[in-house]
Parts: sequence; C-alpha cells; structure tokens
Amino acid sequence: MVLLYIILIPMLGALLSWLLAARSTALCRWIALVSLLGSLALVAGIWVISAAGNVPPDRWLYNWQQPWIPHFGISLHLAVDGLSLVMLALTFLLGALSVLISWREITFRVGFFHFNLLFVIAGIAGVFLTMDLFLFYFFWEVMLIPMYFLIGIWGHERREYAAYKFFIFTQAGGLLMLLAILGLYFTHAANTGVYTFDYFYLLNTPMQRATAQWLMLGFLAAFMVKLPAIPFHTWLPDAHTEAPTAGSVILAGLLLKTGAYGILRFVLPLFPAVAQGFAPWAMLLGVAGILYGGQLAYSQPDLKRLIAYTSVSHMGFVLLGAFAFNELAYKGVVMQMIAHGISTGALFIIAGLLYERMHTRALARMGGLWTAMPAMGTVTMVFVMASLGLPGLGNFVAEFLILLGSWQASQVFTILATIGLVIATVYSLRIMQKVFFGQTERQYALPDLRLREWLIVTPLIAVILFLGVYPQPVIKTITNYELRITGPEATTSPDANNTRAAPVTDSLFVIK
Amino acid sequence: MLSLIPALPFFSALVLILGGRAFSRGAVSAIACGSIGIAAAITLLLGIPFVQSGESSIVQHLWTWMQAGNFSAGIDLRLDALSLAFVFVITFVGFLIHVYSTGYMADDADYTRFFACMNLFVGAMLLLVLADNLVLLYFGWEGVGLCSYLLIGFWYKDPANGYAARKAFIVTRVGDTAMAIALFMLFQHTGTLQIPQILAHAPEIWTTGNAIIVLIAFLLLGGAVGKSAQLPLQTWLPDAMAGPTPVSALIHAATMVTAGVYLVARMHVLFTLAPAAQTGVAVIGAVTLLLAGCSALVQTDIKRVLAYSTISQIGYMFLALGVGAWSAAIFHFVTHAFFKALLFMGAGAVIVAMHHEQDMFKMGGLRKQLPAVFWTFLIGAASLSAIPFVTSGFYSKDQIVWLAWSSVQGHTFYWIAAIAGAFLTAMYTFRMVFLTFYGAPATHHTAHTPGNRMMIPLYILAACSTLAGFVELPHTLGHVTLFSSWLQQVLPAVQLQQESVALEWTSQLLAAGLTFTGIYIAWTWVVQKPDGMVRFSQMPFMRWLRRLWFSGWAFDGFYNMLVVRPFVRTARMNRRDMIDRIYTAVTRITEWCHDVLSRTQSGILRWYIMGVVLGAVVILSVLIWRVSV
Amino acid sequence: MNIHPTTAGMTLAGILFVLGLISMLIRRNMIFMLLSVEIMLNAAGLAFIVASSHWSQPDGQVMFMFILAMAAAEVSVGLALILQLYHQLKSLDSDEASRMRG
Repeated sequence: MVLLYIILIPMLGALLSWLLAARSTALCRWIALVSLLGSLALVAGIWVISAAGNVPPDRWLYNWQQPWIPHFGISLHLAVDGLSLVMLALTFLLGALSVLISWREITFRVGFFHFNLLFVIAGIAGVFLTMDLFLFYFFWEVMLIPMYFLIGIWGHERREYAAYKFFIFTQAGGLLMLLAILGLYFTHAANTGVYTFDYFYLLNTPMQRATAQWLMLGFLAAFMVKLPAIPFHTWLPDAHTEAPTAGSVILAGLLLKTGAYGILRFVLPLFPAVAQGFAPWAMLLGVAGILYGGQLAYSQPDLKRLIAYTSVSHMGFVLLGAFAFNELAYKGVVMQMIAHGISTGALFIIAGLLYERMHTRALARMGGLWTAMPAMGTVTMVFVMASLGLPGLGNFVAEFLILLGSWQASQVFTILATIGLVIATVYSLRIMQKVFFGQTERQYALPDLRLREWLIVTPLIAVILFLGVYPQPVIKTITNYELRITGPEATTSPDANNTRAAPVTDSLFVIK
Repeated sequence: MLSLIPALPFFSALVLILGGRAFSRGAVSAIACGSIGIAAAITLLLGIPFVQSGESSIVQHLWTWMQAGNFSAGIDLRLDALSLAFVFVITFVGFLIHVYSTGYMADDADYTRFFACMNLFVGAMLLLVLADNLVLLYFGWEGVGLCSYLLIGFWYKDPANGYAARKAFIVTRVGDTAMAIALFMLFQHTGTLQIPQILAHAPEIWTTGNAIIVLIAFLLLGGAVGKSAQLPLQTWLPDAMAGPTPVSALIHAATMVTAGVYLVARMHVLFTLAPAAQTGVAVIGAVTLLLAGCSALVQTDIKRVLAYSTISQIGYMFLALGVGAWSAAIFHFVTHAFFKALLFMGAGAVIVAMHHEQDMFKMGGLRKQLPAVFWTFLIGAASLSAIPFVTSGFYSKDQIVWLAWSSVQGHTFYWIAAIAGAFLTAMYTFRMVFLTFYGAPATHHTAHTPGNRMMIPLYILAACSTLAGFVELPHTLGHVTLFSSWLQQVLPAVQLQQESVALEWTSQLLAAGLTFTGIYIAWTWVVQKPDGMVRFSQMPFMRWLRRLWFSGWAFDGFYNMLVVRPFVRTARMNRRDMIDRIYTAVTRITEWCHDVLSRTQSGILRWYIMGVVLGAVVILSVLIWRVSV
Repeated sequence: MNIHPTTAGMTLAGILFVLGLISMLIRRNMIFMLLSVEIMLNAAGLAFIVASSHWSQPDGQVMFMFILAMAAAEVSVGLALILQLYHQLKSLDSDEASRMRG
C-alpha cells in the first residue's frame, strides 16, 4: 500500500490545493509542499529500511498488486527496486524544490498551477513505480497533459508554440509506444494464451526477431523523444526555454529521465537480443547528441536555451551507456540521470532567479554580475563545473563510469564522447563568462540570494557534492537493478519471475 | 596524519568560501597561511621520520569512492619519495607564496576569494601528487585546472582575463581527454587503476614496444603536455599571466605546470616499456625548450618572459624524463620551483613598485631604487641561467645537459638542444635583468619598496635557490648524490653509455662558456649599445622573425584557423538548429496545403457543383475504362 | 429508323439530366437552381421507370415513388432556406451567400 500512497498523496494534494486556492494561495502552496515532502519521506523511509535490511540484489524491495480490469489482464501493479527508488527520491526532491521556486514567480491561477505541478509529479512517480504496461501508458499520459498546461499557461512569450510542439512530439512517440504495448500484449497472448499487461509475464516473451524489432522500435520512439535523442530533440529547447522555472526544472530534471528509465526498464530487458543488434545505432545517436547538442549549446544567445541544449548533450551519455551492455556503464547511466537532474535543474533555477531579477534571458544583456551577487556566482560556478564534469561533483562519477564502460563496447564512440567533454568545457565556461564575468553598462539593482533561495540551492549543492565524493550509497542501491538485467536472472523463465512477483502482500521482502 | 596534508587546505578553502565576508582580512590571512603552514609542518613531521626509516611508502585508505563491478577507486593516499618531493615543494613554496600574497593582494577588494581559490589549489595539487590511483589523480588534475581557471580570471571585469582563463582550461582539457582515454585503456588491459598495481603488472602484461603500451604512453603524454604547457599545447601558459603575480608564481611556475613531469615520472614503468613514447617525451622537451627560449628572447612583458622561460625549463625536465634521467628531472623541478617562484615574486615586487606596469621597456634603473628586490632577483636570474658553482640551477641543469648525451637513451641532438637552450636562457634572462634594473629610468614613477611580508619570502627563496643545489653534485665536483639515491626507491637510476670525466668536464665548460657569452651579448645589446640592437631588429628578416617569436611561433593563429574558427563559425551558422528546420518544414508544408485547399472553399455554390460534376465524371470514366479494359 | 423504346427513354432521361445540370451551373438565381434540381431528379426518376419497364420489374417504379417523396421534402426545405436567405440578403443571387465560405 505504501507504494500507492506515494502516488496518491500528491494527487490528493493537487485536488486540495486547487480547491483551497480560492481561499488562500499561501495555504495552497503549503499543501503542495507538504504533500511532496510527505511522499519524499515515504521514499526515504523505504530507502533507509531497505538499506538496513540487506535485500538480496536480485529481489524487488517492495511489490504490491491489485486486480483492476482482470478481463483484459490489467492490474494495479506497483513495485520498487533500486533504480525506481533512486529515481523516486530525485522526483520528490526536485518536486518540492519546484514548489519553492514558484513561490513568488507564479502569481495568477495559483491553484490550477499547483494542481498541474503535483499531477505531473504524481504521473512521473507512477511511471517509475508501475509494473503493468497498461498502467505505465496511463501514467505516461498523466505526465503529459498537465505539463502542456504548465508550459502553455504560465510560460514565457512563445509559450503556446512551445506547448504544442512539446505535446505533438511526445504524443506521437507515446502513441507508437501504445501500439508496441498492444503488439507485445497480443504477441504474448498468441504465444502463451495468457492475456496480460504485467511486466513480469511479458519479460522473455518468445517472439520472432522481426516482431521484436518493430516492437522495440515502438518503445524506443517514445523514450528517445523523451530522452531526447537526436534527431527527436527539437521540442526540448523550445519547451525548456518557454516553460516557467518550475516547469523547466521538472522537464529537465525528471521528464527526460522517464525516457532513460524506460530504456533501462523496458527496452533492454524486454528485447535483449534485438537491443544488442540496435546498440551501434543507439550509441551513434548518443554520441551525435553529445557533440551536436554541445555545439548548439555553445551558440545560443539565450541562457535557458543554452542550458536546454546542454541537456541534449548530457542525455547523449545516457544513450551511449545504456547500450554499452555492461555493469559499469549502467551504474554510470543511473548516476548520470540523478546528477544531471540535480545539476541542470539547479542551472534552470539559477536562470529563473536571474529572470526574476533582470526580466531577461538574453546573455548579451547580462555580464559582470559577480560584483553584485558573489554568492549566486559561487553557486552557479558549482553547477557549471558539475555540468562540465569536474571530478568531485556527481556528473564526473557518472560520465567516468559511462565512458569506462562504453570503452569496452565501442572505442571509437567513446573517444568521440570524450571529446564531448572538451565541448562541455567550452559551453559551460561560456555561461560563467557571459553572466557573471566581464562588465556591463546596464546597472541593475540586484539583491543576492535570499533565504528562500538559499533553502532551494543548499540541498542541491549538498547532493551534487555528496554524489561526487561519496556516491557509493547510490551505486550500491542501484546494484539492486542492474544485476537483474545483466545477471543470470535475465535468462530465467517467466515462471521464475512470476513467483517473484506473485506475493501481493505489502511486505518488505518478497518471500518466495 | 597523511590525510591532513591535503585536507587542511581544502578545509580552509571551505571555511573561506562559507565564511566569506564575515572574516576580517587578518583572519583570512591567518586561516589561509596557517593551514598551508601547518600542512608544511606536518610534511616535515611526517617526511623526516619517513626518510630516515627507509620505508618505501605510507598508505592511507580513507573511503571507497566508487565501486562498480570489477572497478574500484578509493580515496587513498600514498606517500613515497617522489610524492614527498612534490608535497614538500607544494607546501613549503606554497606557504611562502601565501605569505607574499598577503602583501601583494593587500589592497584587493576580493581578498577572501583569492585565498579561497589559492587554498583550494594547494589542496587539489596535494591530492594530485598523493593519489594512489589514477582516478583520484585525475580528480586533483582537474581540480588544479579549475583553480588555475579561477585565478587566471581572478580580475574578472576585463574580458581579456576571462578569455585567457577559458583558454587555459580548455587547452589543458584537450590534454586531459587524451589522458582519460589512456585511463580507459589501462583499465581495459590491466583491470585496475591503482598506480602500484599497474606499475607492478605492466611488465608482465606487455613486452617492450608493444603497440598498445606505446599508445597508452603517448596518450598519457598528451595529458602531460597539456598540463605542463609543452608542444603542441603550450599556447595557454603565456596568456595565463593575466592572473595576479602570486598565482603565476605558485600555479604557473612552481607547481601545477610541473604536474605533467610528475605524471610521466610516476608512470615511468610504462614509458620504459614504450621506447617510442619515451623518445617522444625527449623530443618534445628538446624542441619546446628551444622554441620557448626563442620566444622569451623578444617579449616585452616581464611576466611573459618568465612564462616562456617556464615552458622552456619544463622542456628541460621533459628532456631528462625522455632520456631516462628520472631523478634529474625531479631535481630540476625542485630547484626550478625555488628560483622561478623567486623570479616571479621579484617581478611581482617590481610590478607593484611600478604601479602595475609590466612592460620592461617602461622600467629601467630600478637597481638603485629597489636594491633588495634587485639582489634577490639577480640570484634567481643567476640560478635560472645556471651560473656555475654557486647556483642550484647550475647543478640541476648541468646534470640534464650531460645526461641528455651520455645516458643510454641520450643523443647528440638532445645535447645540442640542451646546450643551445642554456645559451638562450642566459641571454633572455639577463636581457630581462638589464632592461628592468639597469639603464635610465624610463618613467617618473617613484618606486616604493615592498613591505616585509613580500620581502621575507624572497630572502628565503633566494637562499634556497643557492643552497638547494648542493644536495646533488656531479662526478666532476665532489659527486654528491643525496637526492637521486633517495629517489631511487621509486625511480630507477639513469644508465650511462660511458662514464668519461673528461667529456663531462668539456660539456660543463662549454655550457658555462655559452652561459657567459649569452650574458655578455645581453649586456652589450641592452646596456652598452641599445641603438645597435634596434637597428639590427629593424632588418626585414629580423622583424619577421621577431614577430614570429613574439607570437610564440604563431601557434595561436594556427589553432584559431584550424579549430577555433571553424567551430565557432559552424556553431553560429547552425544556431537555429538545422534539424529543427526539418520539423519546421513539415509544419510549413501542412500550412501550405491548408492555404491551397481553403482557397477552393469559396462559398460560391456553382463551383461546388462543378466540383461534384467533375468528380463524378472522373470516377465514371475510370470505372468505364476499367470495365472496358 | 427503328429506335428501341428503352434507348429512347434513356436518351430522353439523359438529355433532361444534362439540361438540368447545365442550368444549375449557369444560373445564379436560387429559385431557378432549385428548379434545375427538380429537373435532374425527375430525369433520374424517368430513367428508373424506363429501366423497370425494360426488365419488367416493379422496383424502379417503387424507386420513383421514393424520389417523388424526397423531391417534395427537398422543395419544401429548399424553399424555406431560400426564403430565409432572401430575408437576410434581399436577393436571390446564390453568389451573395458566399460570405460564410461554406
């Protein structure tokens, strides 16, 4: 039941904050914050208990199942392993921060804003939790529509264009995935006679290579749009740039991660053999993203757009690592998902703070801000350095592990990706130079970081530093995921998976 | 205990960053200098018993950094003879430079930020040399790069400084990329990145001259030349002089730029296994020392002369590494750290005295106004140009010159380069001394003598520059080998082709003679006949050569043309993202279709009827055609 | 010259239909357009009757009944629409009613 609460609490909070917004906007903000912190506490609780409990690495930490539409083999099936756990923690941390960041920025239709924000987060949490493909598609759509409103209503000047673009791209990908899900459902039924959407049954569905190929491409379409991989990335800069700060944080920090999560959770385990065959192409796209995104980031005149393109570059590493098929790279990929969520989220927050003060995103109109805001400059420096992969910050651990792993798979791609690190230096330093160094004729009355803003950036700095110097707790937690896809477990029959998934009790250890 | 050495500077940097404006200047100075001072004291406390005990190393495991699959890297520190030499120089010279900085930066508004960055640098540098595995070494390696960036761009208001800072970071990052790839290869082939394990197992895995080990060694060399400003990645160092002078002294002369020397020496087993790469090291060193020496000869900015001289001196160290004279390279690193820090700080004193004027042609005659600075600077200059017998630079450089020829891997070409370099060194060094301190004062500024906080470090370093040489004397002069025999715990001794005292004497005398000739030429052309010099340099060929040398052999222009401009231009051209154009084109086509079709919807009934009729006719004719055929 | 009555009937129906069509296309007055529609409907009805007599089947005549009923309904609705349009536009020109681009 705990797992269901994790999703239900933000949903309830969403409804409450919408209803009560008419009475008091402050109350609405507090409700949103408290409900997200509540879910965060639940996730942290699970993490602490499971870390203390020494769960065998091939077991799920929590598993909960209720029939929903049994006629079609659809059930409410939620489960948590190391990968989901880490992603959930990131979700609610960034979620809570994005409520804080909107505290002053959002001034109209506050209730509806928080309703949408919390629903997006609930949808993301659902995506990370659900083990039923029908339910997965449901949550996939739940994230999409509120996000469309967030961009379209509270965004900047070209918000409608950006919102449409975002919607059409992700919806097109999502529909292809729906087709693939249905295809998988019927293929499974045709081969085994069991109609089910359950992940554990669908694992190791026997199918022909050609079928598997098309189904995998259907899944990949949705995930690569979301990730985003070249050439499906063009919705991202528009959406990130035009969204309100909280929207950008959620988009960059979390929505992109659902694409990466999808690849790790569904594409690789469901179609292991075909994915192997597709690996060179995926790695090629990943490397292309790293280099191409980096160069585009360098040339942008708009701060938020620049940061948006850095996401394209960084997510290229995810694609590269996910298709390298070894343990080092998988761990690096998950680290990259977290570290990128934190560092890019933080950079968007900083862009938002600058926008609040200066009402511009144009780099040409900034410069020399260090004099006025040394504290914010220092904070930005930390995240800029994280973005260029400086050791001691989380992103380095991630990128190093990915590259070390992908070297075993493909040396040419790894060399190209390593060159991407030089480009990362080029565009990252450009941020510092254009915003904080140099001089500007314009004089702004710029207050340095305020208490609320300190409250937002401090946890982010703490996490990124912690990930950089002592990432071991996270790496250990995600071992619970990757052993299952690289280890002997991946080859066991559906029955074995079945017994593991079968106990529907809400117990910590899934007892055999 | 060992972990305190890097931890103290890190901790004080953290305190300074967090405390920020809360501290008074005195408190900031105390925290910054105190932490480095204590680290230096701990180094001595730890180092002296360590040297006496004869143990090979002290290891301290702090915590596991990352562990995934069969890969594991810890925050592990290891102190051995090689790292002790570096730690000693870093903490000791670092401490002196910190004390000096409290005077030099006294009027700066960003006093705290300066010391926070300096402490961070010292911490990172110590981590670099104490790291037990290559990942941690890479941590320090990038960390010092960051601090170098922060400090070169310290006066951030001038965009030129920001440009120099970014250039330094990016160019060294190019080298780092090569090094990172070397790490991937090492891990692939040895299954570990622990330095001692790699060094122990490398000879079992690879035979000498194996293609893979050669490639790895060359890639490591790529990292080393980036950090140590050697050919072809040397272009960032002269620009790095945009930072405050103590930064140039600490980072861009004494410590960080010698990280490449440390790396090659640390991984010496790999280079021994890859003779091609080792030859590469020697050739790069030899060529760099000559090219940089020529460039130093024509600079007008006193700090740029010293920058090119640093590149040139590190070239000597690389040459020594390349011929297998490991300990000679480290010895030259130590003496170089002393006299180059001394020269930079002396130059800083002159610059402060001249109200931040760096052009040597606007100085002159400072010998009388700043006697203390003059004498210490002269000692440094003498050591740099290797005046025989009394300077440490003589003993360290002379060893390299001799070994470049006599070692097993030595070659006449190296020896010629080294001895020609000695001539160039003497010439540009004393050109600088004469331009700055002799002649008539070029400006009317009244130079004021710097305070004690700046002068005492100069005295101490001047003493070191003289005395440090006597721990290692050549065969011909007493044959003391304290330093090299101590380093032999870590680094193998150099193997000589032949030991000929006569030849060694010849080499030494020739080097000394060329040094004095160089000084004499500098004296004639700067002090005695400056007009002749001007006339000579106005000759067409000389003007062209001068311009070439002044620009550092036009490497910057070459890289701009080859890499920077194409990158920037394509980036500008593609600012709107050509892939997005494809999607925009799809929407355009849809819109166009919409326009065309909506025009047919005119509202005129008869057109619609016409359309219906035409459609019916077409369908009917098709049907009839199908039936009849 | 001996023409088969079916052919003659069909030809007449065809001529009537084309006449209706042409007048539909060239007329702008909506009353006349409605008349032309009636002509075309009746031409079609004639064709049905001729065909039913040719095959000696009653279906065609039944069909004509339907057509008659439909024509009556169509005329009443059409006239009502024309009246409304006339109220609005003070004209019976069909091109005047193109404002809606419908």
